Amino acid sequence: MKNRSLSFWLFLTPVILGLGIVVVIPFIYGLFYSFTDWNGITANNFLGFENYIRLFQEDEFMNSIWFTIKFAVVTVLLLNVFGLGLALLVTRNMKSNNLMRTIFFMPNLIGGLILGFIWQFIFISVFGDVAGLTGIEGLSGWLSTTGTGFWGLVILTAWQMAGYIMIIYIAYLENVPKELIEASKIDGASALQRFKNVIFPLVAPAFTVSMFLTLSMSFKIYDQNLSLTAGGPFNSTQMVAMEIVRTAFSDREMAYAQAKAVIFFLIVAVIALTQVYYNKKREVDV
Amino acid sequence: MKKNNEKRNTRLLEVFGLLLALLWLSPFYLMVVNAFKTKRGIFEGVLGIPEEFTFENFVKAFIELEFLKSLFNSVLITGLSILIIILFSSMAGYALARNKSKLSGAMFFVFVAAMLIPFQSVMIPLVAIFGQVDMLNAAGLIFMYLGFGCSLSIFLYHGAMTGISHSLDEAAIIDGANRFQTFWYIIFPLLKPISVTVAILNTIWIWNDYLLPSLVLSEANATIPLKMFYFFGQYTKQWHLALAGLTIAIIPVIIGYFFAQKQIIDGVSEGAVK
Repeated sequence: MKNRSLSFWLFLTPVILGLGIVVVIPFIYGLFYSFTDWNGITANNFLGFENYIRLFQEDEFMNSIWFTIKFAVVTVLLLNVFGLGLALLVTRNMKSNNLMRTIFFMPNLIGGLILGFIWQFIFISVFGDVAGLTGIEGLSGWLSTTGTGFWGLVILTAWQMAGYIMIIYIAYLENVPKELIEASKIDGASALQRFKNVIFPLVAPAFTVSMFLTLSMSFKIYDQNLSLTAGGPFNSTQMVAMEIVRTAFSDREMAYAQAKAVIFFLIVAVIALTQVYYNKKREVDV
Repeated sequence: MKKNNEKRNTRLLEVFGLLLALLWLSPFYLMVVNAFKTKRGIFEGVLGIPEEFTFENFVKAFIELEFLKSLFNSVLITGLSILIIILFSSMAGYALARNKSKLSGAMFFVFVAAMLIPFQSVMIPLVAIFGQVDMLNAAGLIFMYLGFGCSLSIFLYHGAMTGISHSLDEAAIIDGANRFQTFWYIIFPLLKPISVTVAILNTIWIWNDYLLPSLVLSEANATIPLKMFYFFGQYTKQWHLALAGLTIAIIPVIIGYFFAQKQIIDGVSEGAVK
């Protein structure tokens, strides 16, 4: 198909319009409006970097960034440990392999909003009941403090997404040649040695993939945040995505919210580009 | 001796795995079991089976959620979005893969690079623009899903095209077919496996999406997640009703998963690893 041919452009018109109107134009508009006093309809004044200076001085926004970073670090670690653990478990020669995969993956298919509501019940009512029955003080009053809200979000996310990371590790584990495993067994390697010296180096690419995938997923979380803690108590468990939505649609400070959205884009883009860089570097090494 | 040990270890591991799977399912157990209790029943204890089963919660939640209407809205919006994403992304993937020019490569790069932009970074201007042309409705929402869904889909179709030989196109053109006929009758059927993957990956996020519909749709056209949010807000702390509503909302997903487990897991695996 040639550039000049009509059919080439006809084949591309729908997606060019789709991506252009929905993503590219709003993105450019947003970038421009973040330097003004835009209220969603008109912009009267050009403010330069005023919105950006203001957001770096706002405690609530900076708190939400720190909260999100802490959440992302803990969640990425847990998700990869669980994901790899589950994958190693269900790739062994067992009858109930498929059943286990099906169950571990299931929470992924249900929306974060609904899962957050279910866990709200568990953290408040079920934990409360268990605290009453066993006398474990630490189980009562969950989600009412910043700390328990944080761990609540971590537990919910780890439970929901571990099955997804498991699927990624399975794909790599099943590519490890059976002969290599057999050979290491014949040579008398223990299970631990086998994992460290044979399996691990072969699934190393899976680590890069899932590390960055989980990192960008945990940065963009919104639904779970809204339904589990709604940011409370006192907006202390509010993550960046939610902070932006609130600034825009509750406070109705559109230009200011858009400046936060631009910063959010920069953070997410840096994460993704670092991944691309590492992937390229690895390809060269191999 | 060593063989026996290994067998026993595997057996032990399997028991551990099954117990872990039960723990994984426990939130769903707690949801369902308490949805059958009365308000008093929940007050008396949340762990056990209800002493007296009640279906009233489900009846009330079903009515309050306007479940059939919300289900219809969800099916309609997700279904139409998937259809146009599959049709238009496969066409684009085909055109970009069969044109080796710099322009084509640059356009492919733009589509892939757009995946870097998180939703929240374009959401505010997007809603403002669509609001000004009066398109904050179901049709506008479906168009937005095309915009957000096409990047990954084009990427997957583009990758799949490398496995389809040029000679097929050429044979069809020599036989007198035009580009559209070639695509529709020769290429598109061969892309079916990747179309299944594209359909599954997009269905998962569009079906469950809350934020975008909450900004675009009125309450009358609410999808299941949106309606669930309103419903939950209305019945905070009335867990017997809230849990019955959540159970109902999950049922369509569980049914879908039951029938298409293998395709779903394979599709997700394919989408994630590429």
